[in-house]
Amino acid sequence: MTKPPSTGPAWPETLIGLGLLGVAALVWWQTGEIRTSPMYAKVGPRIFPYLTAIGLGAMAVAMVVAGLRGGWQPEEEREVPTDWRAVFFVGAGLLANVLLIVPAGFTLASVVMFVLVAHGFGSRQPLRDAAIALVFALSAYFGFAKALGVNIGAGVIEKLLGG
Amino acid sequence: METLAALGGGFAVALSPENLLWCLLGTTLGTAIGVLPGLGPALTIALLLPITFQVPPTAAFILFAGIYYGAMYGGSTTSILLNTPGESATIVTALEGNKMARSGRAGAALATAAIGSFVAGTVGTLGITFLAPVVVDFALKFGPAEYFSLMVLAFVTVSAVLGSSAVRGLAALFFGIWLGLIGIDLQTGQARFTFGLDELLDGVNVIVVAVGLFAVGETLYVAARRYTGNDEIVPLRGSLYMTKEEWQRSWKPWLRGAAIGFPIGAMPAGGSEVPTFLSYYTEKKLSKHPEEFGTVGAIEGVAGPEAANNASAAGVLVPMLTLGLPTGATAAIMLSAFQSYGINPGPMLFQSQPALVWGLIASLYIANIMLLVLNLPLVGLWVKILRIPAPLLYAGILVFATIGTYGISNSPVDLVLLYVIGIVGFLMRRYDFPTAPVVIGMILGPLAEQEFRRAMTISNGDWSVLVTQPLSATLLALAAVALLGPMVWRVARR
Repeated sequence: MTKPPSTGPAWPETLIGLGLLGVAALVWWQTGEIRTSPMYAKVGPRIFPYLTAIGLGAMAVAMVVAGLRGGWQPEEEREVPTDWRAVFFVGAGLLANVLLIVPAGFTLASVVMFVLVAHGFGSRQPLRDAAIALVFALSAYFGFAKALGVNIGAGVIEKLLGG
Repeated sequence: METLAALGGGFAVALSPENLLWCLLGTTLGTAIGVLPGLGPALTIALLLPITFQVPPTAAFILFAGIYYGAMYGGSTTSILLNTPGESATIVTALEGNKMARSGRAGAALATAAIGSFVAGTVGTLGITFLAPVVVDFALKFGPAEYFSLMVLAFVTVSAVLGSSAVRGLAALFFGIWLGLIGIDLQTGQARFTFGLDELLDGVNVIVVAVGLFAVGETLYVAARRYTGNDEIVPLRGSLYMTKEEWQRSWKPWLRGAAIGFPIGAMPAGGSEVPTFLSYYTEKKLSKHPEEFGTVGAIEGVAGPEAANNASAAGVLVPMLTLGLPTGATAAIMLSAFQSYGINPGPMLFQSQPALVWGLIASLYIANIMLLVLNLPLVGLWVKILRIPAPLLYAGILVFATIGTYGISNSPVDLVLLYVIGIVGFLMRRYDFPTAPVVIGMILGPLAEQEFRRAMTISNGDWSVLVTQPLSATLLALAAVALLGPMVWRVARR
């Protein structure tokens, strides 16, 4: 097995490994918090969680080692620049959706999210997007959700239309 | 003979007007989501899971199976015309298919993909029909220890053997198992990993995980990769009718592809990447026109892998129906649909629910015929769907994700959880982790724990029962070979 010339530690991969190590520690710690009754002492509710924590921990250590040795991402993937602007707008859309869905209802929250996400993906016609989003969200609400019998929060717009 | 009678009964169920409509709806929807990049069958079935509270199980599974088969057909259209595989299983189709389209033979490529899918899908469904009862007879001998060992084997193959890295596959698997453990432990009533949140007592919903990984994570990933929206759709040129020569060059790859795909799909390992690549290299080696591979596009390189893809998709249903063992993300979500009905897939299913199982299998034959019609004469319609601009497509996917998640319990906590899992999914995509093991671990993990504890109860806490019973020991040995074999091989070659 020949290794490519070492390029030094790859920090993103190392951080992911460390993060996973944190998750493994969390699982281990929380497993200790599970109460067991002596009746089930032989195979209680803790065995599988402990095995899971050990598995996660072992994989995390292997990833940290791989990360410090230069990571595993292929060169071409590493060279793709991250479009933080797009991620920002998609993230803003998701955040707006969580914050608006209770006070404003599904349709309004969806329209705001739709316009922000479409903007993140490069659309520059917010009014057109909002119109499409309104029609889309309403038909999804009255078609898909009602057909499935799913109850999603009715807001001002839905109540006006008799939802 | 018994099988044919059972299948006949299944057709009586599947041919009822109502079930034919469910099948048509499923295949149409499946083709559409297969064509659209960013939407897959696992995500779609997860979003449609609430339907299990509305319709009888037979209708729901005919719908889901139609979506699953349809996505395999639809994915090839995108691979051929856009060179962006709609489904991971159709990556290989893009290799030759897109080259054929660029040299003006898009019609023939689409035709050989659709007809090959039909041939292989039908061969695969025949395989299910006759293999499933055999597996059932075998599986009736399984006890809890054997089931547990079989699940361990499936865990190893789906996460460590098939992906690009055993470490990342197993990390994804253990993460999924942990997600599956969250909530009340059904045997002792103890809360596990709920962090004091009442919302987590019922466990993490599989809809949240599937939608988070496949919709939110995927959207963030595409956005982060500086999506420019300049994918070029090759115009649909060339007759959809294949010439006599094209038929001659296609039929053997179809059958070979089906012969490669079905057994690999039916093994408790699953996955369609391996059979499609195997078929591709087989055809490249056997072709009388090797010079066309990678240049103008060889029809064998489309016909074989497409057939292998569909046959392996059919094969995956064998362990899923007979053993309750899902080996792909879509099958795992179908298993959770069974759980939602309180039905346990496994050998008993064929005795307790013959109308459901055989109705489902019969509907697969019908779905294949419908899909041939939907995908050949109506291919122009699907090309139009490809023209939906990416900003609207991904924004729309997130609206559907909201409905699927918020509809579970009208709680913003679910949305927050969805987005956290979405960020995890984004990192996994970006850093080359497979996502299917998360879903499989989440669904299968608690079942494996249940079987393990049953086995321990029977053996009075003696762990050695896993290795002293021959069948269980064999399965565990296979798992160990699958896990350690590649590593030993690498060390030995050095």
